[in-house]
Amino acid sequence: MILLSFLIIPLAAAFLITLLARRDGVGAALISLVATALSLGLSVHAVVGFRGETLVYSMGAWRIPYGIPLVADSFTVFMLLMVNLIALASLAFSWGYMRWLGSDWKYYALFMILLTGMNGVLITGDLFNLFVFMEIALLAGFALVAYGGQAHEFEASFKYAIMGSVSSSLILIAIAVIYSSTSTLALAKIAEAYPGLGPGLRIWVGVLLLAGFSLKAAVMPFHAWLPDAHSSAPAPISAMLSGVLIKTLGIYVLIRLFYNVLGAPGVFLQVFLVLGTLSILLGVVLAVGQWDFKRLLAYHSISQIGYILIGMGLGTTLGMVGAVFHAFNHALFKSLLFFNAGAVEMGLGTRDLRKMGNITRLMPVTAHSSMVASLSISGIPPFNGFFSKLIIIIAAIQARQPVFGFLAVIGSLLTLASFMKVQRYGFRSEKAAVPLGRRVGWSMNLAMIVLAVLCVLMSLLIVPGIREWILDPVVSAIMNKTGYAQLVLGR
Amino acid sequence: MTLYLLCFALFLVGFYGLITKRDIVKIILASGIMGYAVNLMIVLFGYRRQGIYPILEKGKPVASMVDPLPQALVLTSIVIELGTTALLVALAVCLFRKYRTYDITKIRRLRG
Repeated sequence: MILLSFLIIPLAAAFLITLLARRDGVGAALISLVATALSLGLSVHAVVGFRGETLVYSMGAWRIPYGIPLVADSFTVFMLLMVNLIALASLAFSWGYMRWLGSDWKYYALFMILLTGMNGVLITGDLFNLFVFMEIALLAGFALVAYGGQAHEFEASFKYAIMGSVSSSLILIAIAVIYSSTSTLALAKIAEAYPGLGPGLRIWVGVLLLAGFSLKAAVMPFHAWLPDAHSSAPAPISAMLSGVLIKTLGIYVLIRLFYNVLGAPGVFLQVFLVLGTLSILLGVVLAVGQWDFKRLLAYHSISQIGYILIGMGLGTTLGMVGAVFHAFNHALFKSLLFFNAGAVEMGLGTRDLRKMGNITRLMPVTAHSSMVASLSISGIPPFNGFFSKLIIIIAAIQARQPVFGFLAVIGSLLTLASFMKVQRYGFRSEKAAVPLGRRVGWSMNLAMIVLAVLCVLMSLLIVPGIREWILDPVVSAIMNKTGYAQLVLGR
Repeated sequence: MTLYLLCFALFLVGFYGLITKRDIVKIILASGIMGYAVNLMIVLFGYRRQGIYPILEKGKPVASMVDPLPQALVLTSIVIELGTTALLVALAVCLFRKYRTYDITKIRRLRG
């Protein structure tokens, strides 16, 4: 029942908003804040209470080959915690930000549908159901990218929607091929039937899934839509898209499918390594040249996804610890950076780094939290980004792939360079910029402070006692590979 | 086999249109064609020769029925596609209002 609540609460909130709160934005914001807080509370409860168990809920009491199962293991609840945490922070930020942009019940209703879609992707145990929830999240995402109603926002949303429909077609073909060869759609059943397929078919299924979900994760050759979509959306939505959407629809599903269902085939792990390195290097090189702050951040999202892919591709336990840890850290600091960009855009009316100035005096919270986030993303100790990158690089060396580790270090140095540029020209510049007189509200400051504190606190996850408590169950659920099927089917 | 090949050809037609056409409306149509090809393929996977409709009645052998599940999947995927297409058309209308053109090569404010 707790699993069903993750779907019911945000979905009910979305419909309650359209029914009750159409008059003003305050009621809509309150309903969505309460719903997200409840959902976050439940996921904290699940993280604390599950301790490595796997919970299966059969919808409508139909057993697995017939009905749709909802499955939650440690990996799922860890991701749920991440999604709902960032969603709550984004809503708190929206409280002040959307009042400036035109507060509207439609925004909050779409936000709740986005959250429903992401929660659904995380807890479903059925391939086609996963596809449906993914489309729910994406449709809300397309609409939210175009929310501001300016020309370039429609352009970005159109590109995003076209890319989304291409990748959905590829995923649907993969689902059809899987169903025709295994006669089942439940992930656990597929995992059992997959080793019995012919070698050609196995490769085909893997390639189709890889192409489809890499498009969603914006891995390098499939990245073209991301910088437009993520830089055009309103700031809290950019934080949601860059922080968690590409990770739930991309990284989570890739890990779930390629580790727990397909059993981590070596060919595809090698592909992850190559694509990851490509993403790190090209993403960061494209980011260094940007002057638009949000566009720079969007390119960095591609680059940071590359680190997670390298961790996934190594196929070792330590690599997976790094990948999962980095996914959580990236959600925190990238959302924080997008909040900073939103606050600056609100206060100074610009996203161009060359036109920023005076930020330390006008918006001290923004300036200082951006410093924390910049240090985190460029991997400076003692912030969280340092530890997760370090783990990934050590894992690469241990797995006898030192080339990838070396390239990851180079990517990290370039990241540092580009964020030194951000701080030097943008946040610490002495230029006398003209403030527009819009004050950054307390709720926006609160969201930024909380995320900045978490950026520092999350490095504690690597301390032995805490690591065994939170990270290790997640990694063992992933590295259990197709043991997932036995747990879900209860054998 | 011929049916699958034709289905694949339809998919390629859609994909070709998607990457070569410059008119936004044609791009939307091309993405629709791609979707139809995929839906058609799913239904074909559930078909069997001389199959009958999958409703359980007395004296009707289950073995000769077509698989009903792909049909249910296709219904869902058609509805999703309808939603996406409606959104794309709405975006096309908004784009036309802003740029006064349907030519994708002239809608280029984002670059780099």
